[in-house]
Amino acid sequence: MNDKNARALPAGLPAPGVEPLSAPYWAGTRAGKLVVQRCTACGRHQWGPEWICHRCHAFDLGWAEVAPRGRIWSWERPHHPVHPALTGHTPYTIVLVELAHADGIRMVGNLLCGPTDPVTIGAEVEAVFEPHDEATPLYTLVQWRLAGGA
Amino acid sequence: MAERTLRGKVAIAGIGETIYYKHGQSPDAEFKLALRAVLAACADAGIDPREVDGFASYGNDRSEATRLAAALGIRELRFSNMHWGGGGGGVAAAVGNAAAAVHSGMADCVIAFRSLAQGQFARYGKGSQAATVTGDDAFAVPYGLMSPAQRFAMKITRFMTDHGIRHEALRSIALASYHHAQTNPRAVMHGRPLDESKYDAARWIVEPFHRLFDCCQENDGAGAVLVVPAERAKDLPHKPVYLLAAAQGGHHRSAAPAHNAPDYASAHFKTVAKNLWAMAKMGPSDVDVVQAYENFTGGVLLSLVEHGFVEPKTANEFLVLDNLKFDAGRMPLNTSGGNLAECYMHGLEMVNEAVRQLRGTACNQVRDPNVVAVLGGPMVTPVSSLILGTEASL
Repeated sequence: MNDKNARALPAGLPAPGVEPLSAPYWAGTRAGKLVVQRCTACGRHQWGPEWICHRCHAFDLGWAEVAPRGRIWSWERPHHPVHPALTGHTPYTIVLVELAHADGIRMVGNLLCGPTDPVTIGAEVEAVFEPHDEATPLYTLVQWRLAGGA
Repeated sequence: MAERTLRGKVAIAGIGETIYYKHGQSPDAEFKLALRAVLAACADAGIDPREVDGFASYGNDRSEATRLAAALGIRELRFSNMHWGGGGGGVAAAVGNAAAAVHSGMADCVIAFRSLAQGQFARYGKGSQAATVTGDDAFAVPYGLMSPAQRFAMKITRFMTDHGIRHEALRSIALASYHHAQTNPRAVMHGRPLDESKYDAARWIVEPFHRLFDCCQENDGAGAVLVVPAERAKDLPHKPVYLLAAAQGGHHRSAAPAHNAPDYASAHFKTVAKNLWAMAKMGPSDVDVVQAYENFTGGVLLSLVEHGFVEPKTANEFLVLDNLKFDAGRMPLNTSGGNLAECYMHGLEMVNEAVRQLRGTACNQVRDPNVVAVLGGPMVTPVSSLILGTEASL
């Protein structure tokens, strides 16, 4: 799936702007790694990125690589294109993936599947890193596919 | 120490609204719509608009209090308040904030309002057209998760899947709003009835639970209510409608970034509803009419459940059209047509409808109601809700 022809969605959607708070995450995805915030004081993961640990209020949040897998916690399949780039390219599938091994943080991405494939809450999925090498600056999104699937 | 409460302390003495238009069709600018609604609410209350000394709004309303005060020649502005949060999450909060100002003596005569001309300004249902997105959006928009319908859909998928609630329950909510709009001449969808087959045949917006008629319209217009001390309302033209409770906020980390709220499959009313009922000194079984904000019908389901009006276990059986009609239903719902079919005035039209029901002047009048609940925009954060009642409910 590291081929730009196999991307989940067509070109032309807004790109993620890299900001100081989230830069380690985007650097991680470029390297094919899932890197999220992990508090250096209490050791717990949190997501999305924030300036403070919501549990212990430490400001020195670190970053840690986590296994790029999880389970589908919820899903949706948009049909109505709300952006011109999506016209003619719907439906597509969005999943919310829970990473139980990282304190249950959840991540949004596309499920790489057909437009009518059933989606099952609880199904195991693994990350697929989707580079956008033509973009300036470069970025890599994190998509998901059923674990052990094609 | 005296009990700290708003119960029975203030009243809504006047209501007003403009003509409601389809989006882009208002001949008036947004600010002019706001002025019209404010003047209408004052006229309804029999109060000189120059006497208004406060404005409260929500959803980033562009009609600023100071500009309104200047345009209307208000003698003295004593209270101005904008409630955080987008859309209609703050509709009941704006009324509650006006009430708090009046009860505390910060002001005497406060307008809570909303004005929207989405023809003049941007629409809600369109995705970001920016080249790059930042903050929370960076983790959603590149995946095609851009519009409100998409932002909330996964809460509904999870809740309905967990509880085995069928799409037909949501259909009933849509049918109730359209049913009531057919006998409300103010309603944008007046003369445009909806039935089961038309609903079922409509296109998907977002699978698995959002067809076209599960989603609100976008409209142009304005609505306003005038809040005064309870004692004063007794001397004004209309039967006083008292505020019995107002609550706003959200449960633990309901605004956690990137869809990480711990209790995610929620409308975010769990703590708000508890506080609401505590102030009202009553519960859902005491309510005669429910106005529940429909951004999406799934959000109404979650709101009703979290306020205790509907049990998830019996939602499929309870949420049928006959139970929701104004004249024969066990729980009359959205009796003017709501956001779906009267007007998407970010719920302010529901506050007006609640007042009309309690005055006995609604077009779909429930028989002798004493208590009406207004549940503001669900699934955003903060959310808010309101209980209004007649003299008999105090």
